[in-house]
Amino acid sequence: MKKELIGVYTIWLRDIKRYYRDKPRIIGSFAQPILFLFVLGTGIASSFSVFGGGGGRDFLNFMFPGIVGMTVLFTSFFSAMSIVWDREFGFLREVLVTPISRTSIVIGKILGGSTIAMIQGTIVLLFSPLLKIPITFAIFFKVIGIMFLVAMTIATIGIVLASVIKSMQAFQVITNFLLMPMFFLSGALFPLNNTLKWMNVVSKINPLSYGIDAMRTVILDNPTLQLYPLWLDIVVLASVTVVLSLLGTFLFSRQE
Amino acid sequence: MNDINTNNIIEVKNLVKEFKGLRAVDDITFTVKEDEIFGFLGPNGAGKTTTINIICTLLSKTSGEVTLCGHNVARERNKIRNCIGMVFQDPSLDDRLTALENLYFHGLLYNIPRRTLKERSEEVLEMVNLSSRKKSLVMTYSGGMKRRLEIARGLLHYPKILFLDEPTLGLDPQTRNKIWDYIIKLKKSKNITIFLTSHYMEETEICDRIAIIDEGKIIALDTPDNLKNTIGGDIITILSEENVKLKKYIKEITGSDVHDAKEGEIRFEVKNSSSFIPKFIKNSPVKILSISARKPTLNDVFLDLTGREIREENASTRDSLRMRMRGRMRH
Repeated sequence: MKKELIGVYTIWLRDIKRYYRDKPRIIGSFAQPILFLFVLGTGIASSFSVFGGGGGRDFLNFMFPGIVGMTVLFTSFFSAMSIVWDREFGFLREVLVTPISRTSIVIGKILGGSTIAMIQGTIVLLFSPLLKIPITFAIFFKVIGIMFLVAMTIATIGIVLASVIKSMQAFQVITNFLLMPMFFLSGALFPLNNTLKWMNVVSKINPLSYGIDAMRTVILDNPTLQLYPLWLDIVVLASVTVVLSLLGTFLFSRQE
Repeated sequence: MNDINTNNIIEVKNLVKEFKGLRAVDDITFTVKEDEIFGFLGPNGAGKTTTINIICTLLSKTSGEVTLCGHNVARERNKIRNCIGMVFQDPSLDDRLTALENLYFHGLLYNIPRRTLKERSEEVLEMVNLSSRKKSLVMTYSGGMKRRLEIARGLLHYPKILFLDEPTLGLDPQTRNKIWDYIIKLKKSKNITIFLTSHYMEETEICDRIAIIDEGKIIALDTPDNLKNTIGGDIITILSEENVKLKKYIKEITGSDVHDAKEGEIRFEVKNSSSFIPKFIKNSPVKILSISARKPTLNDVFLDLTGREIREENASTRDSLRMRMRGRMRH
């Protein structure tokens, strides 16, 4: 048991060390949210006045938790998916011949990716004063908890996919046909309760919708923007995480 | 092949591995003795890596029996993992970590106590002459240094068997020689069994025994000297003005088969080349442009057994992907 815990810790620690050594990645992590928030977001917000109606300011506030969520989504997903090439060409291959169970490897990988995603999300959260969104200490810690949970959910999805696909090409396909739709239909960029029916239905089976909803509930504390009660968001996210991590462990442990 | 010998550290019996109906490993049987250097020699795609991956628990087998240190490969994976060290064909170091950190993580995974781990890290780094660079990131290492570090890492948990899968692949000749020096030095200083694969014929000569493997089958297994002795003497290569006529003549006087070699040359084998050549040149019905004689190499053994030379085949998609990933990992 102790040996397995050390195994989980080792896999986790390696991801964290790699992360903080990768300065370009940390700096780059500022770029995307800034682009979305202050270029795309501000652009869309100002178009409200062109087409009539106000609410530009409100839109930016609405979008902010979505951008935090986006950061968590992409970071966590790509961290987990790195198993694909790491197993074939990298360090993970080495880990696979050590006496550590596959389960520990999967758990370590999920925790590692989630921790990094949480750190990246926190960096974006620091932009909140620019939008005049008040973040108290209580809110801050709640958001961190939600971010970690969302990151775990996304990481388990990544692990499951990484265990079934074997090539970089398939990885591109997944990014375009799964990750982007998941992001667009999560309510991160626009409200989902007023869109077309099919979009609404898809958003209900998209785990990320619940993550974004939870994040928005905690950050903005505005009941009119809330889709589901917070407890429901948490239950959905936690259930998906548990089920998919079991599935992911099973798939990953299969031998060719 | 049925000798039950307690000195056998690896026993492989009728091993078969199929990938979607394709037989990558086709019913092979062999044993590796304790403390020997055992080599797998064969072209790319012959089934060397597949066999190694099965023995070291990374791949499941289709059928057959594999035991290692007395443990069954299908049932006692963790026991096997504890007694093997592995140096993969593709680099498996984390290049954003330092050499010491790579060793540290490896040691943690094998549950080596911290103090022991520190001592042993120093010891193995010393052995491969990397002590002075132990705190540098692996991404700053050359190909040869990376390979040496991988060998050091493979030894860290004091395995009974060290697997080296194409340890010199992608290295320049000078570095390749150095790697072999380290391997020979290692063999002298430790009681360890070494199982290696290579498709460089000359390099496997350091092995105590060699299995020549082609298209998933072992086609010969013996000491390098015995394998070379299967060739009937020295290899003679001739460039002449009229090959057809000369071939017929050689066949008549020596009785051995004459083959076409590269660049219009012909080659054949004779028992004693130094007395054969002067007589031959004097009596030859055709003008000889050049003639050379040499001792047989393992390359000749392979050529003799398969009719082909071991050479680099065109890179498959997987290989080219591998090269791309290597490029990527350098950054």
